[in-house]
Amino acid sequence: MNRVALSVCTSVLQLALVGVGSLVLLGLMAKVKARAEGRVGSPVVQPLRDIRKLLTKERLHARHSSVVLALAPMVITASAAVAVGISPIIGTHPVLGQSADIFVIVYLLLTGSVASALAGLDPATAFGGMGASRAMTIGALAEPALLVAVIALSVQAGTSNLPGIVSSTASHPAWVFGPVHLFALGALLIVVLAETGRIPVDNPATHLELTMVHEAMVLEYAGPELALVTLGEAMRLGLLFSLVANLFLPWGVATGDSLGALAIACAALVAKTTTLALVVALIEVRSAKLRLFRLPELLAGGFVLSVLAVVMGLVIR
Amino acid sequence: MTWYLVALSLGALAAIAGATLPRRVRVPVAAALGALGCAVSLVAAVGDLIDGRTILVHSDRLLPFSGVSLTLDPLAALFVVLSSLVGVAACLYLVGYAHGPSASRSAVSIFMVFVLALSVVPLASNIVSFMFAWELMALSSLLLIVTDQAQRPKARSAALWYAAMTQAGAVSITLGLLLCASRAPGQSFVDIAASSSTLSATTRTAAFVLVLLGFASKAGAVPLHVWLPKAHPEAPSPVSALMSSAMVSMGVYGIVRVGGDLLHGGTVGWWVAVAALGIVSAVYGALHATTASDFKRLLAFSTIDIMGLSLIGVGAAGVLEDSGMHADATLAMMAALLLLVAHAAFKGALFLGAGSVERATGTRNLDRLGGLVHTMPTTSVVVALSAGAIMAVPTLSGFSSEWLLLQGLLHGFTDTSTPVVIVMLLGVVALALTGGLTAVAFVKAFGIGFLGQPRSAGARDSREVSRWMGWGSALLVLPSLVLGLVPGLVVSLINRAADTGLGGVATTPVSTGAGLALSQLRGAIEPAALLGALVGVMVVLALAARTLGQRRARRVDAWGCGREEQTPRMQYTATSFAEPLQRVFADVLRPQMDVEVTHAVESRYFQQSLTYHHRIADVVEVRAYRPVFGVVHRVGVLARRLQNGSIHRYLAFGFVALLVVVVVLA
Repeated sequence: MNRVALSVCTSVLQLALVGVGSLVLLGLMAKVKARAEGRVGSPVVQPLRDIRKLLTKERLHARHSSVVLALAPMVITASAAVAVGISPIIGTHPVLGQSADIFVIVYLLLTGSVASALAGLDPATAFGGMGASRAMTIGALAEPALLVAVIALSVQAGTSNLPGIVSSTASHPAWVFGPVHLFALGALLIVVLAETGRIPVDNPATHLELTMVHEAMVLEYAGPELALVTLGEAMRLGLLFSLVANLFLPWGVATGDSLGALAIACAALVAKTTTLALVVALIEVRSAKLRLFRLPELLAGGFVLSVLAVVMGLVIR
Repeated sequence: MTWYLVALSLGALAAIAGATLPRRVRVPVAAALGALGCAVSLVAAVGDLIDGRTILVHSDRLLPFSGVSLTLDPLAALFVVLSSLVGVAACLYLVGYAHGPSASRSAVSIFMVFVLALSVVPLASNIVSFMFAWELMALSSLLLIVTDQAQRPKARSAALWYAAMTQAGAVSITLGLLLCASRAPGQSFVDIAASSSTLSATTRTAAFVLVLLGFASKAGAVPLHVWLPKAHPEAPSPVSALMSSAMVSMGVYGIVRVGGDLLHGGTVGWWVAVAALGIVSAVYGALHATTASDFKRLLAFSTIDIMGLSLIGVGAAGVLEDSGMHADATLAMMAALLLLVAHAAFKGALFLGAGSVERATGTRNLDRLGGLVHTMPTTSVVVALSAGAIMAVPTLSGFSSEWLLLQGLLHGFTDTSTPVVIVMLLGVVALALTGGLTAVAFVKAFGIGFLGQPRSAGARDSREVSRWMGWGSALLVLPSLVLGLVPGLVVSLINRAADTGLGGVATTPVSTGAGLALSQLRGAIEPAALLGALVGVMVVLALAARTLGQRRARRVDAWGCGREEQTPRMQYTATSFAEPLQRVFADVLRPQMDVEVTHAVESRYFQQSLTYHHRIADVVEVRAYRPVFGVVHRVGVLARRLQNGSIHRYLAFGFVALLVVVVVLA
């Protein structure tokens, strides 16, 4: 099979898998939380049904909003989709894989956050501003940890190209149990909790405006635009989960050029991300949401871990 | 070089036109001549940069002692491109902006002198010409701060700070350059470069430290930055744009020219110092930018941040060159230079946009703005795109230059010497920290200033500014798009300039193409393809929405959580937006808050009025500069005791002084 067709195939599969799979992951985490709390919970596919329902509803815009409110869902989803399409999620040769630099992925995610913060400020409500301010604060503290943690891995691999990092980690299995990976994993887990708005950083199930972070920001969205925002945010979660899974357990990711390897990679990805989702759900069940002004301690902890990961890489070489 | 002489003559003509023509035609004619001059030098410099040639011109006539000496090498050409680019935009903007005191003879002609001086500084190639151009640049910008607002105490104080810092810097640079030339047969830069290796190591270090102090202060490096957040916001907006994009870059130019070119790199300690200045400035500037609510003050602090990043690149380049990694050093230097060019364009556009906002609404306090996206569409697009570029949104210019900087730093990690690795590590950490903080600052600037509902009558009644102001600022968006989308087209030009800055050995660490691709290691970005993918996904989404039968959205009231009425005062302001971060970084920022409550006469339980003051002072100014002022002031008070007006006492002083001289000389 030729290289180009395989790249396209990889990217399309990644988009489809992450697009649908991340919504299922959300449902799964809700289910696990419900069961752990002694409730039955909604079915695992509930987020998919919600999206279908939202798509049939009417578009509503707040009276004082501008074109930003209408554009933001597109930007959020497009930036997440492009990041998913070019990252090494099931194979190391996706479309544009040569420019899937860590810097590109981090700043594509940042573009999505900026778009949602601006959409929060656009309708001129207090809640939107509150959510945007908090989300940007958390993002500003989480982003350095994310960037430095991945830089630690890229110093070890000698390239900042994500497919490159994944394939060199796959060929040096000992790295996975080394201090660089362990510290970076700790940092990335904290970042994932913060960037995807899970407890202890934010409560995705909250219904009280004053405690919301992400939900307050998207409060003005309804109908198909809310569906798009939800999908974009779910894809961000799916992307971060798969990146953590593949950077720390690179096995199963298709490095060659056969369709069979891609099929195995899909199965491996499902297994890895499901496990990670279970871990995150259990963290959510076991911990309480932190006060907003205790969060910097957690995120600074993540940042310190990531810097330690870089230092470790320099010490042990 | 002929073209530069044409351009310089046009600039001089513009200054003369500004000083002599009658009021009605003064601004358009002077601005047209100035813009034409800048355009000519821009085209000529780009041409010479493509050819990579070096041209010399010398005339014994114009200046005493040594004559005028101008040299155009790739490094100089790059900075001429940078300053002429902003010059064209600022001149066009001036046509719409200048009225009242800012259209006076002195204001217009000094403005043109400033524009002219900015493109002479990188060309000057002997000590006298360089210091002449440098001082022309400093003094003209100083006068411009006070020309149209001499009555405002804030502008006067800013001008005083600026005057003191820039003159101290100029003295330091002059001493340093003279020290460099102490063994040289003449005082041209060629002589200095040829003889500087015969200087002792101590002399060279002393010379570098002296010039570094002066240039770093001009570039706004912490702790020599205190004048910048005062002077840049107070200057008229086209002047702020020139100061904050072209003039600060000259500080970095000076460091590269003297340290890398004239003194051939020196020791690793120099560049560690440069990188340290950069790291501190980047983080400190970004932090203050997030909490500033004056739009132009926010921009000034973000200038300190970007200059810091660029100094990190220069410092890393010096350190890597010292340990023999020439290709990686070139990469870091290219990143620093690309960042300077990108910064000149987007910061120029942002300052011009802020000027338009100030003109349209009468305020630049973000807490009193809002909703401008409805009334000022052009300015909003200019500010949004430039803010996107500074936030390093992929496919805009800040992104490609910061990516290059990150690559330069990452490659440095392969070195084994401790100072190199520490500089790289802290540089990466600073780059990561500023990324998130810059995003907060500019989401605040755009989201609070331009979105939502107007928070004051001025913002509510605002109108789009004149076409000249719109075009002037929109012109500076083009470089952000070009450098962001097809950075590969200009990277070979930047490469030449970086080679000159590092002593002239040519290497090509980045291969040419539309995007950027490193030639030695695996690393590439294709911003144009990324944009294609992003737009493609958005088109697919829009088409999908259409097939689902989506129509125009219905306008409804925003969610009020049970409240009946929503007023603009209920929105978050810039101050409240930044409050969480301000609380997180309270130890560094040291915000001061006062709440004054006046109780009602009838009962203490009711409040009649409540005032809230909130201020974030510059900690460096309060802690490092104010105590010095205190000491100087006390010494001055003490010295006053010597003078009581008695002629006898003064005669006695004279006699004692004479005695001391006689005793000492005897």
